[in-house]
Amino acid sequence: MSAFLTLVARDLRLAFRQGGDAAMVIAFFVLTVVLFPFGVGPEPELLQRIAAGIVWVTALLAALLSLERLFQADYEDGSLEALALLPLPLEAQVLAKCLAHWLVTGLPLIIVAPLLALLLHLDPAGYPALLAGMVLGTPTLSLIGAIGAALSLGARRGGVLISLLVLPLYIPVLIFGVAAIEAEIAGFGARPDLLLLAALLVLAVGLVPFAAAAALRLALE
Amino acid sequence: MFRLANPNRFMQWSGKILPWCAIATVLLLGAGLYLALFVAPPDYQQGESVRIMYVHVPSAYMATMVYAVMAAASAVALIWRHPVADIAAREAAPLGAGFTLLCLVTGSLWGKPMWGTWWVWDARLTSVLVLFFLYLGYIALINAFDEPTRGARAGAILALVGVVNLPIIKFSVDWWNTLHQPASIFRLGGPTIAASMLWPLAVMALGFTLLFVTLWLIRIRSALMAAKLRALRLQQAA
Repeated sequence: MSAFLTLVARDLRLAFRQGGDAAMVIAFFVLTVVLFPFGVGPEPELLQRIAAGIVWVTALLAALLSLERLFQADYEDGSLEALALLPLPLEAQVLAKCLAHWLVTGLPLIIVAPLLALLLHLDPAGYPALLAGMVLGTPTLSLIGAIGAALSLGARRGGVLISLLVLPLYIPVLIFGVAAIEAEIAGFGARPDLLLLAALLVLAVGLVPFAAAAALRLALE
Repeated sequence: MFRLANPNRFMQWSGKILPWCAIATVLLLGAGLYLALFVAPPDYQQGESVRIMYVHVPSAYMATMVYAVMAAASAVALIWRHPVADIAAREAAPLGAGFTLLCLVTGSLWGKPMWGTWWVWDARLTSVLVLFFLYLGYIALINAFDEPTRGARAGAILALVGVVNLPIIKFSVDWWNTLHQPASIFRLGGPTIAASMLWPLAVMALGFTLLFVTLWLIRIRSALMAAKLRALRLQQAA
């Protein structure tokens, strides 16, 4: 466990020393959301209706933006090979790296999302579902993204490739994240959708480390 | 399966069965198309446009089936380092993508007169579209590495991850009650489709399966031959 926490702390320290990751993700998130009123017009009724979808779609894209950093730097400077020699299994290391990635990029998204929802006139009833959905959904995004990031190590045009690999797998999170908000606003209650998001998270925690670790071993051969 | 891991033995074996597969494909597809276009009755609601179904349903079935075959071949390649399974998975992907595209296009052509729209964001349509993107992502991934074996192994992991989409496609029409009609052939309590339509459909499905097997064998054989040619050229150059 201490090795796990050390790895999380190392990744966090690296992220803060290099700086910019969290700031870049939030800046992208805010700027993309701000584009929508220019694109579809500033009518509050229209924005209110599509607010949940806009916030979730842009959060998805913002999460995608930082995925390349997950393993790339360690792969390039050789620390990934040193990490593979640790007694801590590679599967656990994947979880540690995803946790650090989520703390740096997912958590800021959750904090900023309600402010953006406010700008888009989201129905006040939807805020709890938005927050709960983000809390359950963004870790899944980091985890699924880890597979894409690990698979595309050493590939040509890695960045574009990640989005092609990962976006189709992100769709369920998007569906249930938006459905939770709309169900809460419509008065049906967000519970079923939130439970499905939680199920996705549990599945991802259980299965992703094996796939991502296999991909990492492949990259290290 | 392990006997076929030797490329030479695979070439011998596939060379023997390939002509038979090709002949059976031509006969079955010919008979199936004749039955579907001329013998099967028009639907009492849909009229003649029901005949699109005889291409649409088999290609939808092949779209998911080829993905399952690709994932199984990927698992075999990953677990036993089976060299022919690697190539088999890689060569199945463009065929699967083709069947998926055919399924989407025929569905769209049928949707315009029947539902009055080319496309709806219905659960099954969307999940088949996602399947198409999974195929494209797989093809992009295996071609993104300078070293072909590296690409094939990465693709195998991705193919296994993508398997989660298959049950979603199968059950999407039961879980979400949307525009696409529910299952009418493989369901508890037997098919709800009339026998006069079920028979041409079954012949077409079998024909599509054999068409896939034939094209797949040809693709694997040419990939093996290309690898051999490359090895010979390298030998000559050295």
